[in-house]
Amino acid sequence: MDPFTEHTGIVATLDRANVDTDAIIPKQFLKSIQRTGYGPNAFFDWRYLPDGRPNMDFELNQARFQGRSILVTRNNFGCGSSREHAVWALVQDGYRVVIAPWKEIDGKRLPGFADIFKNNTTKNGMLAIELSETEVDEVFKLVAEHAGLTASVDLPAQRIVFHAPSPRTVGFDIDGRAKAQLLKGLDDIDLTLQYEADISRFESQYDPLNPQA
Amino acid sequence: MGKTLFEKIWAPHVVRELRDGACLLYIDRHLVHEVTSPQAFDGLRLAGRKIRRPELTFSTMDHNVPTTEDRLDIKDPISRAQVEALQQNCDAFGVNLFGLGDDRQGIVHVIGPELGITLPGLTIVCGDSHTSTHGAFGALAFGIGTSEVEHVLVTQTLVQKKPRTYKVEFTGRPGPHISAKDMVLKMIGTMGTAGGSGHVLEYGGEAVRGLSMEGRMTICNMSIEAGARAGMIAPDDTTFDYITGRERAYAPTGEALDQALTHWRSLPSDADAPFDQTLTIDAGRIAPQITWGTNPGMVGDVDQPIPAPDNAGGYSPSDVRNALAYMGLSPGTKLTDVPLDVVFIGSCTNSRIEDLRQAAAILDGRRKADHVELLVVPGSHQVRLQAEAEGLDRIFKAAGGQWRYAGCSMCLGMNPDQLRPHQRCASTSNRNFEGRQGKGGRTHLVSPEMAAAAAVAGKFVDIRRWLES
Ligand code: SF4
Repeated sequence: MDPFTEHTGIVATLDRANVDTDAIIPKQFLKSIQRTGYGPNAFFDWRYLPDGRPNMDFELNQARFQGRSILVTRNNFGCGSSREHAVWALVQDGYRVVIAPWKEIDGKRLPGFADIFKNNTTKNGMLAIELSETEVDEVFKLVAEHAGLTASVDLPAQRIVFHAPSPRTVGFDIDGRAKAQLLKGLDDIDLTLQYEADISRFESQYDPLNPQA
Repeated sequence: MGKTLFEKIWAPHVVRELRDGACLLYIDRHLVHEVTSPQAFDGLRLAGRKIRRPELTFSTMDHNVPTTEDRLDIKDPISRAQVEALQQNCDAFGVNLFGLGDDRQGIVHVIGPELGITLPGLTIVCGDSHTSTHGAFGALAFGIGTSEVEHVLVTQTLVQKKPRTYKVEFTGRPGPHISAKDMVLKMIGTMGTAGGSGHVLEYGGEAVRGLSMEGRMTICNMSIEAGARAGMIAPDDTTFDYITGRERAYAPTGEALDQALTHWRSLPSDADAPFDQTLTIDAGRIAPQITWGTNPGMVGDVDQPIPAPDNAGGYSPSDVRNALAYMGLSPGTKLTDVPLDVVFIGSCTNSRIEDLRQAAAILDGRRKADHVELLVVPGSHQVRLQAEAEGLDRIFKAAGGQWRYAGCSMCLGMNPDQLRPHQRCASTSNRNFEGRQGKGGRTHLVSPEMAAAAAVAGKFVDIRRWLES
């Protein structure tokens, strides 16, 4: 996996909440046994017309988003099916960063990303950033006002700079473990295998049907 | 202070604590299906790794398999390649496989409990979000991505952060013809599709304790539709009777069972165990539920009109407009006035024997409407055999329905059972996402009884009144 430290790219917006992984990569593409080839099929049902031509009504197809690599969307992105194919499709379609807002309802904070989806992003070198709703609203506005808007994401500093005529800088939080993993491009399995002796010791004393024994 | 069911399972499974609050968690059972596993097996090959505990790994084929008589001959070459890849991977790595044509084949979340693979107190994972189903036994069961599948294959562990806990209490008793499906849809409507994020839900209360294992599985199955990591229900005599009531190849017997029972009886949450959040729902006031939109939280009572975009709870007007445009519906319409094209009874939410019995009870002596296609798909081959032994298949066929072989079928269109664009379907499955049942298809989620009644009426009915009339 490639390490993620800093990334600069064009920002595209997708103004929908609860985008599920069926929408990100529809089921017909899950039949592949490969890990590649998903990129052109990301958002397939929205992206293409029945005859296969691009659907120009789909916001991500706008010319101004050509070459984009940073996706800004609404809350609960990646809900539904656990399919990692959704992250593969986004990464292979050129996205390195996704940004979504957390939402506050009745004093409860609901995350910008569904749990399994977020786990899957880290494992594929993609950075999922949560911002507040106000911050995300502001980004939507900036993108609407400035065609070709770019942003620079600095993971070590946990900071994004949107390069509008008057630049806007936003900080973000990230789980320490996910950050370390992304920065070093570490493979989870190699990390866990360091604890092989612990796993063996655990197994030697453990009965799942009677764990106290 | 007391401990929750979740904590009583979590703690003994921690192999070691890691940095930043993560744990290395031991996994007792790993279920595998053909869609989310090929890339994980490939990863093993590339790195020259083996499966650490192949005997704890169980595979079946469900998503791609056709459900018709000639199902063994998969015509779609890509589906066939995926099914064959699983066969080859299981052979090469020595994994248990209940493949197509095997008597034990079926939807992964139906066969796990059926074969005694799913047991209380275990940690269970699968590369499939509806793994939450197995929590009905008082297990900690959750879905994982393909990279994590590979991680479990190699290490039999997962790196996990401890989720928070959320108690959902269903008080009272549900009225006649109100099922577990209505209970969980009501909950998702109340909580929203992200309301459970970061949490493990524990369902309790009189209405949950009164449910059969089938009903409990239906509820836990849909925990993920509320965004939850997992859902669970404390094991009790209903659970133990299910496990010991008939032969289950992988369940303990004899002395091992006695020891296990002692452990299982210690699992329920202590009375004073604290939860991070709680929600109470009066089951006695739940009406039959139908989804009107394009996610399971867009749901309402059968007799309520479709909401207006600016008045639909937690959804933004544009999301509601998109959903209604896709569904071909307008605000104010009652779903009981909208004709249906297809009725699908099946999926890991509602394809177990009790679900089929409930649907059959409605269809017995009745016939489906002419314009409706009715598909009844058992969740496993064992369910199919049981249903046939009880004569349910004859009821479905006499009602004009198609009686199929086990698989995911029309729950998601990866196999030949798919909706055509604009076809409207009453479905007992779990997701009404755009395109889920076939491109352009329009899904309304309901209970098995509501689906069966809709097949007869040709449109949705309020099952409570319809049966009286
Ligand atoms: S029945 Fe549907 S939800 Fe269940 S495992 Fe199959 S595809 Fe997934």
